[in-house]
Amino acid sequence: MTYLYYPGCSLEGTSVEYDISTRVLLESVGVQLQEIEDWTCCGATAAESHSNLLSYVLPARNLALAEKMDDSKDILVPCSACYLNLKKTEEIIKKDKEFLEKINTALGEENLVLKGDVAVRHLLDVLSNDVGDEKIREMSQNKMSGLTIAPYYGCQCLRPFAVFDDPEDPHSMDALIKATGAGLFEWDMGGQCCGASNTSTKPEAGMALVGRILKSARGADAILTVCPMCQMNLESNQKKISRKEGLDLEIPVLFLPQFLSLAMGKIPKDVRLDLNLSPGRRLIKKMG
Amino acid sequence: MGQVSNERLLTEIEKVREMIKTCIQCGTCTASCPNIEFMDITPRHMWRLLLTDHAKALFSSKSFIMCSSCYYCTLRCPRGLELTHAMSLLKQVASKLKLKQFRRSSLFYSAFLDSVKLHGRVKEMEFMTHYFVSMKNPVLPFAYASLGLKLLAKGKIRPEFVSGGKGKLNALFKKVAELEG
Repeated sequence: MTYLYYPGCSLEGTSVEYDISTRVLLESVGVQLQEIEDWTCCGATAAESHSNLLSYVLPARNLALAEKMDDSKDILVPCSACYLNLKKTEEIIKKDKEFLEKINTALGEENLVLKGDVAVRHLLDVLSNDVGDEKIREMSQNKMSGLTIAPYYGCQCLRPFAVFDDPEDPHSMDALIKATGAGLFEWDMGGQCCGASNTSTKPEAGMALVGRILKSARGADAILTVCPMCQMNLESNQKKISRKEGLDLEIPVLFLPQFLSLAMGKIPKDVRLDLNLSPGRRLIKKMG
Repeated sequence: MGQVSNERLLTEIEKVREMIKTCIQCGTCTASCPNIEFMDITPRHMWRLLLTDHAKALFSSKSFIMCSSCYYCTLRCPRGLELTHAMSLLKQVASKLKLKQFRRSSLFYSAFLDSVKLHGRVKEMEFMTHYFVSMKNPVLPFAYASLGLKLLAKGKIRPEFVSGGKGKLNALFKKVAELEG
């Protein structure tokens, strides 16, 4: 299995451990990645708050580059915000040819043309449907039994496009977690919002949402995420929110591929657990 | 708000009004919104104001910039309206008309896009520095200092001071602005 790979800006900076652990995990399960050459930012939520056309042209540039490399392969995206931006562009150009023409007029500046022969896939979709939990079970070394793990999906890999999971009641991570021998933490916060960029521009509102999630996760040994924004929000404010709430809300938060790689025998350094801002050591101590 | 005429505002929001014209005021959007406690008017109320020609009131409120794009309202709307997208279009209007009360969010997004235009990818440290400088608020950086120091210590952000030069995506941004008018 080979995919074209779009890491996105966060995976080069604040979430470099997501990039590293994604590559490590996929290599272990026999998946090859070809990084899209000269990829650029997807526009995040900034472009769509500023200009509608730009919010489609920025993702379209990357889709056109991917098509040029190999239009027969799916594009694998680990970041949920990047995934949604690339996905919404894939969806609109299939339906609205006039808009595709407008996008292509802009892409002419980059000497690129987008035909629309692309398929954008989230990492979680590829892990649960293409790799599969059976493969994870085969390769797991029984290091996670006795642990209780809370799957956190966030929003943009689930909504608005219901591609690989139930957007109201997500469960695609369940089988992957159980395949490691770990138990599943039952909660209903998996698909709730982490506040996204509100934690930067409207901290009071953002923190309220993070607080709600951290409080609900009490009793779990770790939270798993599949998005750099969710990860940053859930990790970076734990001490502050604990003080405010008068509760110990500190909990390890790991990217899904970090957790799965550890379950398969990788050591913390391989998946750069030292780069996480939450207390990953607590999880290592409890592992078998 | 004073500097923007009613007419200009109405032209800008016509597209949003068109999008939501079949709203039946059921309030599913309001009931689904995670940020509702931080909004002065509810999403359902916003659509009502828009449909009854009270758009100006909508921009005296900050409700739409509280939207964190969770897409629950879009998913659940019984009329299938793309309400999250409508929120984004309202943010675009606030940014385009440079409305004072939305300065903080608009500057945050502009600083982000400046970094993208220049390098093609976001350089997080540079983008936050631009944001602080453009906000002209000497105390603001301290709110982010503790996280910034942690990220620096882990090598996740690097101090970068790039100035001038031809931006990587200048031509693309220029063309988009031209096409959008």
